[in-house]
Amino acid sequence: MHWRQIKDRLSAKSMILAVAFANSLVLLVGLGLLIKSIPILEKKSLFHLLLSSNWHPLRGEFGFYPFIVGTLEVTAIAMILAVPVCLLSAIYLSEYAHHRLREIARITVDIMAAIPSVIYGLWGVIVVVPFVCLLGKWLNTPTTGYSLLAGGIILAIMASPIIISVSLEVLRTVPIQAREAALALGTTRWEAIKHVVLRNAFHGILSAVILGFARAFGETIAVLMIVGNVPKVPTSVFDPAYPLPALLANNYGEMMSIPLYNSALLLSALILLLVVSAFNMTAHLTLMRVEKR
Amino acid sequence: MWCRGPRLSTYQCSFKPRKAATTSEKRGGVANAIVGSLCLAFGASLLSFLLGLPIAFALQKEYISRRLAQITRLSLDILWGTPSIVYGAFGFIIMVYLGLRASLLGGIIALTLLMLPIMVRSIDEVIRMTPPELKEASYAMGATRIETTFKVVLRQALPGMITGVLLAFGRGIGDAASILFTTGYTDYIPRSLFDPVASLPLAVFFQVATPIPEVQQRAYASALILLIIVLLISVVSRLLSHRYSRHIIR
Repeated sequence: MHWRQIKDRLSAKSMILAVAFANSLVLLVGLGLLIKSIPILEKKSLFHLLLSSNWHPLRGEFGFYPFIVGTLEVTAIAMILAVPVCLLSAIYLSEYAHHRLREIARITVDIMAAIPSVIYGLWGVIVVVPFVCLLGKWLNTPTTGYSLLAGGIILAIMASPIIISVSLEVLRTVPIQAREAALALGTTRWEAIKHVVLRNAFHGILSAVILGFARAFGETIAVLMIVGNVPKVPTSVFDPAYPLPALLANNYGEMMSIPLYNSALLLSALILLLVVSAFNMTAHLTLMRVEKR
Repeated sequence: MWCRGPRLSTYQCSFKPRKAATTSEKRGGVANAIVGSLCLAFGASLLSFLLGLPIAFALQKEYISRRLAQITRLSLDILWGTPSIVYGAFGFIIMVYLGLRASLLGGIIALTLLMLPIMVRSIDEVIRMTPPELKEASYAMGATRIETTFKVVLRQALPGMITGVLLAFGRGIGDAASILFTTGYTDYIPRSLFDPVASLPLAVFFQVATPIPEVQQRAYASALILLIIVLLISVVSRLLSHRYSRHIIR
């Protein structure tokens, strides 16, 4: 065989190896976390771990309930704040705005996505926390400001770039003829958007929201800095919470001496990975189908 | 942020080298964190580029079936969305397994996990844009797949690749959660791969948590430096891709 062909074969083999590596990476991460969290799963049932709210690591009690509720609530607040604003701005940018404005907005959104989370966290400490504190005073609910609401506001800001950019892309894939057909039938612009564009883009927009949700769900440092970190089930939005990623970031690495604690923390990482991956997978599968159309 | 931001003196001491910035000391700068962050991000970019380029090349239809390529893209997208704290925890497991202490190398491994999917997916997106006719012309001349990849596809994809690498670099340099357990924190500039290393995001994170106002001001300074680096990278990647995309055949 010629040397050139040998080179070709060899490179092809190594590339396929690289692809195998890329594919196994997801499994590898999941498996690694699973193996490390087996000790705690052997001691206690998963059901009990997820629903118990006793968190006393030194006594060997690991109830994830407050953390899971904290994560869900802070993410839900973020979504409630972010989704309407993001969808309306995506619709505006796609359907009404001048194309130059759209380009500027795209660049802004890209830059927003590029800003590190620790900077959002710092901004949260300087701006959002005092704001929430003031709001609490105004509403007669004393709060330090380090609360669910503050975390939700920051997460809303952090999740919005991905929601806006993905739903903008999706809206742009709706063929212009569809809009024109609707307008030719005498609909107003909004009616055309509502009945034709949004209908067409529904699945794509849904996956944009899911991607934003997943982003907010796994966000660590910014939330850790402003959400207060008190392991109790929060009763109002002005209460501090303690989401799963914050739990992991605060305690992992230091508590290596207690094996069961370590294992419990890695279980929380595994839960995080599974939830976020499930959401991401749904969203990307839907987007792939949208892309194909 | 800037109304409370760094004073001029903070800038001046930012670049005071060597023994500098204990998180508790009142004096000192963040040179250790700047250098550390750059080391981490460059190391991880290099590693994930070397790992990622073959993956991105392999996603072409000459190498693997369309179905496998779709699956790989999906798993890379899932990896892209994985929270960086999970990579931090996983990186720590690997480190313990390999018997490493918190070090530059550990940080580079964790960051590589984070950056690899970003890099591969963005390079893959531009490789897919290569017109098939160009490749076919190359094959018609008797070139092998790897020759076509390097001499035709690579050149077409170069501007996009620069953007992808810089995008990943920007994500990597700003990420705190993945290096929280893996790099440690130190006042010194690392001398080898096995030294612990400071980094800008962690500097911000630790400094803002202290009660000493002087140190907190340093957090604002560190955040500003980090922000400037990230924005600079974003601008540079935009300019470069604009400049080089003139030479692309569409």
